[in-house]
Parts: sequence; structure tokens; C-alpha cells
Amino acid sequence: MTHEIAIKVRGLKTAYGTHVVHENLDLDVRSGEVMGIIGPSGCGKSVLLRAITGLKKPAAGAVDVFGQDVIHLQDADVAALQRLWGIMFQDGALFSNLTVRENVMVPMKEHTSLHLPLMKELADQKIRMSGLETWAGRKYPSDLSGGMRKRAALARALALDPPLLFLDEPTAGLDPITAAGFDQLIRDLQKSLGLTVFLVTHDVDTLAVTCDRIAVLGDKRVLAVGTMDELRREPHPWIQDYFGGPRGRGAIMGAG
Amino acid sequence: MLKSGEHLSAPSFEYFEGENARLVLQGDWVVATLAGLDQAFRKLAEAHGHDALKQLDLTELESLDTAGAYLIDRALRSFQSGDPAFVGAKPEAVALLQQARTLATQEEHAPPVPTEGHGFIDLLERTGRNAKNMWDETLETLSFFGATLIAISSAVWRPTKMRWTALVSVMEDAGLDAVPIIAFLSFFVGMVVAFIGATTLAQFGATIFVVELVGFGVLRELGGVLVAIIIAGRTNSAFTAQIGAMKMRQEIDAMQTLGLDPMHVIVAPRVLAMMIMVPVLTFIGMLTAIAGGMTVGWLILDINPTVFFNRLQENVPIDQFWIGMSKAPVFGLAIALIGCRQGLEVGGSVQSLGHHTTKSVVQALFSIIVIDACFALFYQELGL
Repeated sequence: MTHEIAIKVRGLKTAYGTHVVHENLDLDVRSGEVMGIIGPSGCGKSVLLRAITGLKKPAAGAVDVFGQDVIHLQDADVAALQRLWGIMFQDGALFSNLTVRENVMVPMKEHTSLHLPLMKELADQKIRMSGLETWAGRKYPSDLSGGMRKRAALARALALDPPLLFLDEPTAGLDPITAAGFDQLIRDLQKSLGLTVFLVTHDVDTLAVTCDRIAVLGDKRVLAVGTMDELRREPHPWIQDYFGGPRGRGAIMGAG
Repeated sequence: MLKSGEHLSAPSFEYFEGENARLVLQGDWVVATLAGLDQAFRKLAEAHGHDALKQLDLTELESLDTAGAYLIDRALRSFQSGDPAFVGAKPEAVALLQQARTLATQEEHAPPVPTEGHGFIDLLERTGRNAKNMWDETLETLSFFGATLIAISSAVWRPTKMRWTALVSVMEDAGLDAVPIIAFLSFFVGMVVAFIGATTLAQFGATIFVVELVGFGVLRELGGVLVAIIIAGRTNSAFTAQIGAMKMRQEIDAMQTLGLDPMHVIVAPRVLAMMIMVPVLTFIGMLTAIAGGMTVGWLILDINPTVFFNRLQENVPIDQFWIGMSKAPVFGLAIALIGCRQGLEVGGSVQSLGHHTTKSVVQALFSIIVIDACFALFYQELGL
């Protein structure tokens, strides 16, 4: 089941009441690439993620993930598709009544028939993989710091080794060293697991280190898609400001 | 490298014993397929742990993910002869196996875990702790009461400090919006009281005394307590949930750093609003309860409303009404205090919110009954 294009969005229109967030938005994410989504605050980056994962019903348009139409899927097919993706939400969205380890085990319990001891061992492995120590698995999310919660959320997103990973602002609110470690972690995991990653971010450093291609959202559509170098040649003023500003230049020099 | 669903083939392994032991892996070693393999693979490693494993043949391995890599690595670690040579492994598979090894052998810096006992001594200890907690809880509620009094009295000296908008808004939410439910339930309770009286009093041919029964019962006790209980369920829990959610989202912290005292901004308006609105609601509750009793009297016992009113005026002194009303502000105070205090006690987690909301309603109901009993005793001594 290999597809050249992992996510295909065509003519997407989303709206909250009369407020239109996206109109006629097209986007392709290729299999095995890290696609960064950037754009000014409030341009609908997270809404796009919600539309692709079926959390927000679009007003018009089509969303295909691995060749399946997300919007008109039957329940059973939705479950099958959900197995194929892991989502890490902005604030982690860990279940606060479960420990971190139990959080990681939730998708396993739901979608596999593994035995409990193995499930626990695998959950511990995922927790270590996301850069936490095993004992953190016994803690409740409210006992962890923000950075640790993000890692725990990543561990849950990776629980089923999904080929497609959605990350919503993975490094927001982390210190630069932790954030750099997180970027590297995402890149390493992506390489070793061959993941397709859909990455919503504000962080230029994250873009420079992790992304193969970047899509710029604005004016209710995708303004431009390309590698960082290609985007820097785009004449659009916002893109110029973004990459030409002091932070953008620093990140590009750092990555180069 | 990753596949899914029906395209997966079952994973399997073959072990060749001997001088140069060899382990051959086949199929897809991914999380979706591993369920059936775990036990057998674990047993293999246990049984042959002392063998010298020389080769791991991955030529027929079709796909591998971190779960599969973990399983393989776990087995390899149980062989005491050290790691075998990988044969026919794809570079990704080797990378995954190496990653699994790194993760498994990571150093841990776990903090010590306190152990919880289950013996008899521990039971005694927990009981003692709970008893002390209850006492502390009472003390803290009283000290919170004091802090609220300070906040309210400072608002009396400097009325600009009072949040009048918040006060009016709470009065509408917790007072005006509660009128329909209060009126409805009080009406029915009034009817029930009249019915109970009717059946019993009819045996003595004294059905007319239903008027006194409804009058004394509703005015002195039932009206106030019923309203307080409804408000404890309706508003007290809302206060706790609301303030608790604010606490969870750090809004209370933000207030404090901005120089706003939560006692002034949150607690004082709610307490004042409840002290004003619970008496009003009690009044409405009493009226509708008497109306309920009167309806039963009229429709079933043939007591004309005019007769009912005249008898009520003559035989039920107005004192009874004041006794009932005098409790209402105290109920309102207790309900608001407990709701706000429990809300401010909420910690960072969702369970804590649920725990404190439950606690809030339980404490409010408890205190309503206790306060009512104290009042009953007090007025009894006064001879009213």
C-alpha cells in the first residue's frame, strides 16, 4: 500500500459560521517527507490539521489520506485509517486520569490484541524513545513539566508506529536546547521509521532542521510550497519577512 | 517499508541449534502482527539463553517497526554469548535494532517511590489521618469564612472595590434563572405536604387543619431547606466547577500577579449575591409551596381558597415566616463559601476538579442540615 502522495487536499473550504478559514485550498504531502506548515497566527494551520484528521468537517472540498476519502468514510474504515496516523496536539491532550504509560497504551489497547505485559514493555520503550525516562510513565500528566508532557504526547502518537505523524506546534514553549533535541528526535524517528510527518509550527529552527518541504498558508489558501531555498526566492512579502527577518536568517545559517 | 492491514504477512522465526546457532526471522515484525508471537519468542530466548548465537538472519524479514525491534532486541539481550552477526539486514532494520538496544540499556535516574502499606497499622493510620483531615477541613472553612468577611467588609468601606457587575451577573445566574425550578419543585412539595396531612387528618375529621400543617411546615422549615438544597445542587457545584476550571487554566494565578485579589474578584461577589438571592428565592419557594397546598385543599379537600387564607392569617403567626426567612441568608452564605473554597482548592488535574465538586456539594448539603438543626434548637429555646 504505497502511495506517492500521502495526503491530498483539493479545493478545501472550512468555515466557522460566516468566518471562512480556508477557501479552495490545495495541498499535497508526499509519502516519507516532512512537510512543515507555516503561516501567520490565525491563518488556520491547526484548522487544516483538524480538517485532514476528520475532526472538523469541511464545508467543501476533498481530503484524501493514503488514497482514502477522509470526509465520507464509514466508521470501520475510519478506525482502520486512525491506526495509520498518530497525532500530537498542541498542549499534549494527554488523558489526565491516566498515567503516562497508560496514555501510551490507550491506542495499543484499542487497535491491537497484544498481551498486557508486552504492551507495558512497548509503552515503556516508546516513552524512552520520546526522550523520557521509564519512571515518567508512572506519573500523571499533571505531575510533569511542559516539555515532558510534549514528549509523553509524542510517545502516545508513536504508540502504533504509524506511518503518518501529525505534530501541532511540537516545540512551542520549550527551551531552545530541549527544542533542538526534540527537532533531532523527530528527524531521527522520521528517518528510522520512514514516517511522513505533517508538522505545524512557528519555529524557524524546527523548519530548518526537520522539514523537507514547507507549505506557507495565508489568504485562506496555500501561498507557496517548496524547500526552504525555494521559498526564500518567493516574492510574497510575508514569506520574505519570515525568512528574511533576523530569526529566519539565523536559523538558515545555523542549518547550513 | 511500512505496510498495513491485510497486506501484512504473519511474522515467524526459526532457530537452528548447534555450534553456530542461527536465528532466522521471516515476515512482517510490526506492532499489528506481534500479538501471537510474543510468548513463543520469549520462551525461545529463555530456553536457549546459554547457547552461543552466532548469526541473525534477516534476509526474509519483510518489515520491521520499533515494536518488532524491541522484541528482537529483548531476545538478543537474553543470549549470554553477546550479539550475533546480522545477515542480510537492511540498513533501516539495523538502525532500528541499534535504537532499541540504546533505549533498553539507558541509564535510569528514577526517584524513590513511597510504598503504600495495607496492614492493620496502616488502616489505623489512614483512619487517624482522615479524622484529622476532617477537622482541618472545618478549620480551613472557618478561616476562609473569616477571609471572606474581611474582603466583604473592606468592600463596604470602599464600595468602588466591589465588583458590582460580577455581583449582578451572579445574582442573575444563580438567582433569577433558578426561579422556575424553585417555584416548580416548591409547588409540588407543598402539594405533597397537604396530601400527607389530608389522609392522616381525615381520620379525625379534621381536614381543615391542613392549612396549619402547610403553613407551619412550609414557612418554618420546608421552604427554606428545600430552596437551600436545590441551590446547593444547582449553584454550589457550578461555583466549584467554574472557579476550579479557572484555577486549572492558571487564571487565578494571573489575577494574583496582576494585583487582583481572588477574594475580592471572585469570592465576595458570589457570597454577597447568594446572601441576597437565597432569601428572595426562599420567599418565592414559600409562596409557591403554600399555593401547592392550597391547590390540593381546594381541589381535593373542598377548602375554599378564601377560607384557606383566612385560617392561615388567623392561626399561623407571622413569626413563623420570619423564622424561615432568617435562615435563608445563612444558607446562602454557607453554600457560596463552600462552593468558592472548594473551587480554589482544585489542583491541576481533571480528577481533582471532579473530586472537589463532589466534596463541595456534599459539604454544602451537610452544612445546610446542621445549620437548620442549630436554628431549630435555638428557636425552641427562645420558645417561638
